[in-house]
Amino acid sequence: MTSGSGFRLVTAVFTVLSLIAGLSFSVRNTDDAPELYLSGYRFFTGNLSDLTPAEGVFEYEVNAPLFTDYAEKKRFIYLPEGTLLTYTSQGAFEFPAGAAIIKNFFYFKDAGSPDKGKRMAETRVLLKGSTGWKAFTYVWNESQSDANLEVAGAVFPVSWKNMDGKQMHLDYVVPNTNQCKGCHSFDGQFTPAGVNAAQLNRNNQLQRWAGSGRLAQLPEPSAIPALFDYTTIDDPVRTDKTVLEKGARAYLEGNCAHCHNPHGPASTSGMFLEATQTDPERLGIMKPPVAAGRGSGDRKFGIVPGKPHESILLYRIESTDPGIRMPELGRQLVHNEGIALIKAWIRSM
Amino acid sequence: MFRLFSATLLLLLVFNPVFAQSDVEKRIQTQCILAEEGDIIEIPAGNFSISGTLSLDEKKNVTLRGAGQDKTILSFKGQKQGAEGLKVTNSTNIVLENFTMEDAKGDIIKTQNVNGIIFRDITARWTGKPDESNGSYALYPVQCQKVRIERCTAIGASDAGIYVGQSDSVWVTACTAKNNVAGIEIENTTNAWVWKNHAFENTGGILVFDLPDLPKKRGGHVKVYDNLVARNNYRNFAPKGNIVGTVPAGTGVMVLATNDVEVYNNKIWENRTVSTGIVSYYITETPINDQSYIPYPSGISVHDNIFSGGRRMPTLKNRLGFIFWWKFGKKVPHILYDGISNPDWVNADGSFKPSYQICIGENVNGTFANLRADKLSLTSDRISRDQTHFNCKK
Repeated sequence: MTSGSGFRLVTAVFTVLSLIAGLSFSVRNTDDAPELYLSGYRFFTGNLSDLTPAEGVFEYEVNAPLFTDYAEKKRFIYLPEGTLLTYTSQGAFEFPAGAAIIKNFFYFKDAGSPDKGKRMAETRVLLKGSTGWKAFTYVWNESQSDANLEVAGAVFPVSWKNMDGKQMHLDYVVPNTNQCKGCHSFDGQFTPAGVNAAQLNRNNQLQRWAGSGRLAQLPEPSAIPALFDYTTIDDPVRTDKTVLEKGARAYLEGNCAHCHNPHGPASTSGMFLEATQTDPERLGIMKPPVAAGRGSGDRKFGIVPGKPHESILLYRIESTDPGIRMPELGRQLVHNEGIALIKAWIRSM
Repeated sequence: MFRLFSATLLLLLVFNPVFAQSDVEKRIQTQCILAEEGDIIEIPAGNFSISGTLSLDEKKNVTLRGAGQDKTILSFKGQKQGAEGLKVTNSTNIVLENFTMEDAKGDIIKTQNVNGIIFRDITARWTGKPDESNGSYALYPVQCQKVRIERCTAIGASDAGIYVGQSDSVWVTACTAKNNVAGIEIENTTNAWVWKNHAFENTGGILVFDLPDLPKKRGGHVKVYDNLVARNNYRNFAPKGNIVGTVPAGTGVMVLATNDVEVYNNKIWENRTVSTGIVSYYITETPINDQSYIPYPSGISVHDNIFSGGRRMPTLKNRLGFIFWWKFGKKVPHILYDGISNPDWVNADGSFKPSYQICIGENVNGTFANLRADKLSLTSDRISRDQTHFNCKK
């Protein structure tokens, strides 16, 4: 047998093996170009918009979600066969090369009765390559059969009935690839948000992953930080001060700290809103703004204890003006529940 | 391989008619995202309405070029998404040239963490009457190295027209800044040369500031020379809470809490309140919580400038302006030192220790006053015109 035919044989065997594997498992080389269609990854089986995870793909939940115009979200992690996540107490868990994080944004037609169906809007895929993370956004088609890659972003109308039965309309904005890094940046490098110990430590999620061999080096439960699930606070005005503090700080962590930290894009502001921040001035308490411009709203300090309506922080999360509102990206509507929480927290100081 | 893929993607995206962004906007943004080292992205002549922030990220040696300031005009008047007009981040050697951008909701062009950034022949402006609803900064490099801003025009910013923050190695030259609160502001920035610019009809012409609470703590080594700084008497329209909101209308050049600043050979004309001020952060009457911050100016030299006043009348809308009016009427001296100094930097006789000196050299019409604002009250006259301790050369 010549070496050439040996090579052909190996290739043929390999092809057959990968075809078999491909039937149940998503197969990609680590640094392949992104798929032009979401279906190309084979993250889900069956009807794509049902988001039924394929093998190697599993759903996850976070404690303090980011508000994005009342969109519903379903989040998944994909791990290549034989790989696993590694626990770290701070920052994003270590992901193996070839892994992916898949976050789906959609609206229930009627938020009060989810069984009436949903409208898929966007799916964001973060791919871990051999040199780091890359982000790609996929926009769902009208027929909801698939989503196509859209690096330059997109704008399209969505409408839904909210929990109060009110019909809502919105020009949904899909960020472009660069805008992704507007939030997902640590010292200028792309980094995922939300896949850290404090966010994922809920409902025994981490213990389940460790048990099923998806997560290595998980410490004792008492050693794992946890953010408070702020969505459980129904009536901030009647909530105990210590709970309010935990809830508000978790809210700021989930909605602001991805930029407002010493290594993030908002390091220029000197205002750092991580849940672990202990310096009152860094949190914005009686801190004058640096480059807020008209974002200051004629208010003098980031947070004035006891006085939400004199605090720039509240002014900016209440605004829908693109030059004033915070966060800068991903929000056009006002998050009423979040504002009620922050208002009550500042008042309780 | 990736280039081929990029090209295919570009075609797909450019001819994809489904979405509401304009074709031009989408094409520019797509080119910005897919640009490879050495690329020149051309923006054609025309008036274009842009709905969201355009951005460049993680690029090397890329040029974004219009067909001319009066030919390629990008308007952000109807902006829906993003706070800036154009944002450039985490890049090396970027050139922006030959276009006009106007009416962004926030800043017009912000560049952050870029090593080597040139702004050349760019107009960045808010149209209409200067107003607090205008965005903060027209040209805004922050946390950048090797910044060149040349032959640019900045108009109408509610904070600073040309604002260089927390950067190093900076040239600002042959620019025009008009109808901004601050014309040109150099803040917490080291090694900056500002020369041959026109700063006129702003609230304050050229400001060199060090502020607290910032990652880059200390600015300094700044030269301001050969500039025309005239008629900066525009009402202060900065929203409250912003530090430039404390700058009195009628300010020519102001050095605040920075070290090693030389202001020379400038024409500083008809600025009605403070032609040139050398002040500490305390004058802003804002509390300081940053323990490592140094709130005093030091190593300052003001020489060979030509001051002219005409009939000067300090603004009464600002506390500082009011004090000047109370003390001097229409004869406000051209060079003012607030007199708030670090006790450790001063000898027993009141003179400055070397390297902390504040030197007022020969100037045309260089009248001087030391406000002694640490001791100032409206009833006791502590202002001193004694220049003895300021007669030095740096």
